Amino acid sequence: MKITTVRRINQLFFFTLFVWFCIVATVGEKFWQIRNWPVNWILQLDPLVALGTIVSTRKFYGPLHCAIGVVILTIIFGRFFCGWICPFGAIHQFVGYLGNRGKKVAEKIYLNKYRKVQSIKYLILVFFLGMAAFPSLAGTLQTGLLDPIPLVTRSFQLVLLPIFDRGTYLTSVNARYYEFGWLIFAVFATAVLLNLVIPRFYCRFICPLGAFLGIISRFSIWRIGKTRSACINCKMCEKACEGGCEPSGNIKIAECVLCFNCRDDCKHDLITYQTVPSLAGETQVDVSRRGVVLSFVSGVLAAPAIRLSGKVASNWYTGVVRPPGALAEPEFLKRCLKCGQCMRVCPTNVIQPAGLEGGLEGLWTPILNNRIGSSGCQLNCVACGQVCPTSAIRPITLDEKRGLGEFVSAGPIKLGTAFVDQGRCLPWSMDKPCIVCQENCPVSPKAIFTKDVFTTARDGVVSIKQVTGSTIEIDRGIPADKFSTGDYYVLFEDGSRCKISSNTATSVGISEGKIPAAAVGKIEIQVRLQRPCVDIEKCIGCGVCEHECPVSGKKAIRVTAEGETRSTDRRLLL
Amino acid sequence: MTEPNWRNIARRQLLIRGAKAAASIAATVGVARWLYDPKGPGAKKEEAGFSGTFAKGLPDFSVPRKDGQVLSIVKGEDRAKTVNKAIELLGGIERFISPGDVVVIKPNVGFATPPILGATTHPDVITAVVKLCYAKKANRVIVTDNSINDPASCFTISGISKAASAAGAQVVMPKDSYFSPLTLEGGSLIKDWPVYCAPFAKANKLIGIAPLKNHHRSAGSMTMKNWYGLLGGRRNVFHQDINNIIAELAMLVKPTLVILDGTVTMMTNGPTGGSVSDLKKTNTMIASCDMVAADAFGSTLLNLKPADLPYLSIAEKAGVGTVDYESLKPLRAEVT
Repeated sequence: MKITTVRRINQLFFFTLFVWFCIVATVGEKFWQIRNWPVNWILQLDPLVALGTIVSTRKFYGPLHCAIGVVILTIIFGRFFCGWICPFGAIHQFVGYLGNRGKKVAEKIYLNKYRKVQSIKYLILVFFLGMAAFPSLAGTLQTGLLDPIPLVTRSFQLVLLPIFDRGTYLTSVNARYYEFGWLIFAVFATAVLLNLVIPRFYCRFICPLGAFLGIISRFSIWRIGKTRSACINCKMCEKACEGGCEPSGNIKIAECVLCFNCRDDCKHDLITYQTVPSLAGETQVDVSRRGVVLSFVSGVLAAPAIRLSGKVASNWYTGVVRPPGALAEPEFLKRCLKCGQCMRVCPTNVIQPAGLEGGLEGLWTPILNNRIGSSGCQLNCVACGQVCPTSAIRPITLDEKRGLGEFVSAGPIKLGTAFVDQGRCLPWSMDKPCIVCQENCPVSPKAIFTKDVFTTARDGVVSIKQVTGSTIEIDRGIPADKFSTGDYYVLFEDGSRCKISSNTATSVGISEGKIPAAAVGKIEIQVRLQRPCVDIEKCIGCGVCEHECPVSGKKAIRVTAEGETRSTDRRLLL
Repeated sequence: MTEPNWRNIARRQLLIRGAKAAASIAATVGVARWLYDPKGPGAKKEEAGFSGTFAKGLPDFSVPRKDGQVLSIVKGEDRAKTVNKAIELLGGIERFISPGDVVVIKPNVGFATPPILGATTHPDVITAVVKLCYAKKANRVIVTDNSINDPASCFTISGISKAASAAGAQVVMPKDSYFSPLTLEGGSLIKDWPVYCAPFAKANKLIGIAPLKNHHRSAGSMTMKNWYGLLGGRRNVFHQDINNIIAELAMLVKPTLVILDGTVTMMTNGPTGGSVSDLKKTNTMIASCDMVAADAFGSTLLNLKPADLPYLSIAEKAGVGTVDYESLKPLRAEVT
């Protein structure tokens, strides 16, 4: 079997595996749903995930250890990850192939030639590492924006699978929503369509992971090269060169993705994978020192520049409510890859990719939007922390989330606090009974309690004409049947109250309580209201109340991050 | 060689072009004519709901009434035993289920909480009832609800999915497509409202199984309130008139049988509960062909009187059942 065939099978295998892991990252009882499937495995293989978090946190997070294997193999063999494993690379290669079918050989050779500007990806890498490098200067991990594995993961999890599900409902019972999904889709689609301009455009010009692997393949023991310096210069070896690394001449080793197409396409068998450098010459990473320094310094300065917004300080946006177990904001931003795993696994769909709410650096990080999904953050669920590949959301236990067992003294994890908007709340400002929020509060004892009051209905003061049995005739027309819902009462002048069981336009019938013997004068028709209040000591900010509130546009009870346990500067309780 | 007659060619091309142009014009006019809508969207017709495009109710699943066998109250701790006894007192499962029946069981699977917290129907009751149905050769038993929390989580954590499947029932989770607009004749709230209809389409029997819970807004959540789960859409708006919506649901749904599980009663913090300290052992299982009577009795386990639950008398006035449950001569028993 040709080595290129082995490579294609390998790419197909890893791509299928990747899609499978995306599909299984849902909570449920079906055999294919998340159990012990290593849904993060490909993210954990990604050396840039490991490198980025090491630079930003100065620690090497245990579950990312698989990346060491990739680094070691890359040091020995070169950028095999790009050409053999990366699912995003496989997509690019396939689309590039489709887009260039039928083109003339000369045109293909032109498209796949080496371009000096390919070195821009090294500068992108250095820029991102610069952003993460200095915690004291607001270091922030932004590699996930362009790191291909988080990028392709979030594109599949938050865009492609949900679109696919709209018609089929194969992986979710009902349609899933992701607020900034359109932007994720736009980036993904642009990256894929650029293959029609130049094959593997993303890999050659943008990919910071490819850049990192290119740098560490500097000492690779085996490498592609020519066995003779001179040849007829037919350039057939560059016809399908995936890396654009110029195997015909002075090969750019850091650009080579080990596709082996050159080896296959050379009719004279002059190209091999060998331990000696190409006899036609070799170039390592082709990037200027000045460029590297400039990019690094730009990155170092960009991080605090973004933070001038104050979004990680006192100007934090109220809507940035993070999932349970999320680290305090500065630590969180050092780890979050924006990979979307938490948003996909969340059974209620409440975790959403942020827009600019958390500042520019918070783009696509997880925030809770209680208006989306089936039900706030469920009390008995910790799925998001279990799938977070970098522990930006810690893998907490149910006991820790709820403050049980050994966590009794620490208390439950609070995501924020619910605030009643009295101007929008039906019992507070419209004299309508409701308290759906109280009913659905999952905390015991409930964090929402009610203050019960009687208030006089609009135009509810009427005069008694006559009392017969349990019916009071009144002097003025009132809306028939309106007061017979079980929530309305009559208040007599002596201060006693009776529940109304029926009413016509000119009378009210009483079911409960006694009409005072000498009832005369005026009566007031009153509604009994239970007005919801939040007990901030009990509220955990789960947002179930906000989700259920019948004021469906801007909710009358809303959770904001005040009081969240992950940070001290937003605390509310004394 | 003679030159081709270019005049002929030109004429032929003109004719072909002319024919194509005519066809294009005809197509344009045709499509415009076909899609022509002179008025645009008009005002919504108020009575559209009654024009026959919407269902007027759910099928009647009830069985003929037998005086003296309307309500049974069985004391005991073991749910499987008490529910079997309660149904036996009403005439046995054969009164309700015939061979070949397609039975829908509607438990309360509103919340993603474990059975021990009593916020959802206990799986033991489901197991017992499903088994009874299959013992009488029911063709199929479906267990379904439109949960408040995430449905998959609710069905799993409540243990209902597992219990129902193990007993051979089919668990159906709600999907958007299962709801269709429905109008209740004689009602004022359920108008063109999305109702969970699809799971009932092929059924001919319906059994409601509800836990007994405190409910701050309506005082008690029992067998009638259990039908709230059939409402789709933004059903929470109906909490403004909770008593009438519960009564209308009881008018809408005519079940074969309802079961009220008062083995434990959620006395406080309902209907979600969340702590075993919210529960009280009341060791009572109620089976009834009359939801109003079942709930009226149930209110006593909540230390209330039926008059504290206005929806009971509203439903009674609408002819759903009887508040004065003692007048039905409830059948009582105790099992150990």
